Amino acid sequence: MAQETMEQKEKKNQEYNEYVKQVTPTHSLPANMAKAFVTGGAICLLGQFILNIAAGTFGLDKEMAGSWCSMLLVLLSVLLTGFNIYPSIANWGGAGALVPITGFANSVAAPAIEFQKEGQVFGIGCKIFTIAGPVILYGIFTSWALGLIYWIGASLGWF
Amino acid sequence: MSQTVGTQSIQFDQAPYIQSSASIVGTKEGEGPLGKLFDVVGSDDKFGEDSWEEAESTLQKEAASLALGKADLKKEDIRYIFGGDLLGQNIATTFGLMELNIPLFGLYGACSTAGESLSLAAMAVAAGYGENVLAVTSSHFASAEKQFRFPLEYANQRPLSATWTVTGSGAFVLGTKRSHLRVTGVTTGKVVDYGVKDSMNMGAAMAPAACDTIYQNLVDFNRQPEDYDKIVTGDLGTVGQEILIGLLKKKGFDISLVHMDCGIEIFDSETQNTNAGGSGCGCSAVTLSAYLLPKLEKGTYKRILFVPTGALLSTVSFNEGQSVPGIAHGVVIEYAG
Repeated sequence: MAQETMEQKEKKNQEYNEYVKQVTPTHSLPANMAKAFVTGGAICLLGQFILNIAAGTFGLDKEMAGSWCSMLLVLLSVLLTGFNIYPSIANWGGAGALVPITGFANSVAAPAIEFQKEGQVFGIGCKIFTIAGPVILYGIFTSWALGLIYWIGASLGWF
Repeated sequence: MSQTVGTQSIQFDQAPYIQSSASIVGTKEGEGPLGKLFDVVGSDDKFGEDSWEEAESTLQKEAASLALGKADLKKEDIRYIFGGDLLGQNIATTFGLMELNIPLFGLYGACSTAGESLSLAAMAVAAGYGENVLAVTSSHFASAEKQFRFPLEYANQRPLSATWTVTGSGAFVLGTKRSHLRVTGVTTGKVVDYGVKDSMNMGAAMAPAACDTIYQNLVDFNRQPEDYDKIVTGDLGTVGQEILIGLLKKKGFDISLVHMDCGIEIFDSETQNTNAGGSGCGCSAVTLSAYLLPKLEKGTYKRILFVPTGALLSTVSFNEGQSVPGIAHGVVIEYAG
């Protein structure tokens, strides 16, 4: 058989990948969205519940109540991660479990548990932000960029 | 006389015999459809060790000593070990087999290593380089996830095409002493790349390699699919199986009646949440040892083609945008009466 040319190879690969796409099953999008809505909604409902109790029963101001709410949700997520329950929630709820603050807490707690065996510095220290790191980096960068735009805009009297 | 046939195969004049085999698996595999057949099912996936990597080494150590015990051989009787795993630098094999103090060839063929190690072990015995040699491979769900994907407790959703790495190790002693099982030939696979870039769809990445090796085996040995009682791939899963059968049909061979995939057999994807099936070099090795070899030994099967499949990627190659090529190694195993 003669060696196939670059062009033939590309065509073959493209055809194959299209065929693969056809036969590969995917999660149903509407079902996933519904599950994510329920899961994310439930987490937010819990957050609102904590907020109301903090503000109502304990009489905290809005900012303080919000801090307690975040802290308790993070604590709960870390505990559920430690007991290996949070992955099951996310497996069902998808983005509904990943997007809220609980998902972020999970993404920090999971590497901490996994890499603890490699030591406090090179294990936990170096690898705790392997998943959350990009979110933190680009989150800070984006807020800096927006801040710059706001500052320029404010200096020119746009805002 | 030359023992090579066709372009990629060997037919042994003095076909080596399989003296014994052993399988050890984790809890999830023990709960699967083949659960009762394995020699040892661990009650805890750490197998009494501190880390996942050490646990995988222990799997290899245990499988190797079990196989030696079954063959009634001492470690001094083994001339060479052909061993491998999925971890970086084959580290599970190093620590698992170090204490055996036997000359070792460390192999990496991703999940195809079970076929690669058996091929080389058979070649060594057939060539007279050792009276008894050992082939050992392993994989561990947790150590593989940690290396290739995410920490175990990280919450994410697995695509339906994803496979579940099998926690397990299989060991095989090949030798010259007569037994009911022989490795009569091998077909060594090439790296086959169809440009698949989805590392969560390994079945699709490996199916062309499996197709290539099976096709070449049938051509080299001048056989039809029906000449095998089973053509057994390692870990194509449900997605890869469909593709493989389709690809081979296009090349003029219909294997749909004889094809079996270890990854599909080892788990019940409905109840065990394993999506497309099991994977890893432990998957094909333990299925061969616990399920297929006993059937051959009884004569239920007369001849099978065992084709473990591997997806050749590293986290670096993947992040740098490279595709995921596949490789598959064929081993012909026959009932020797």
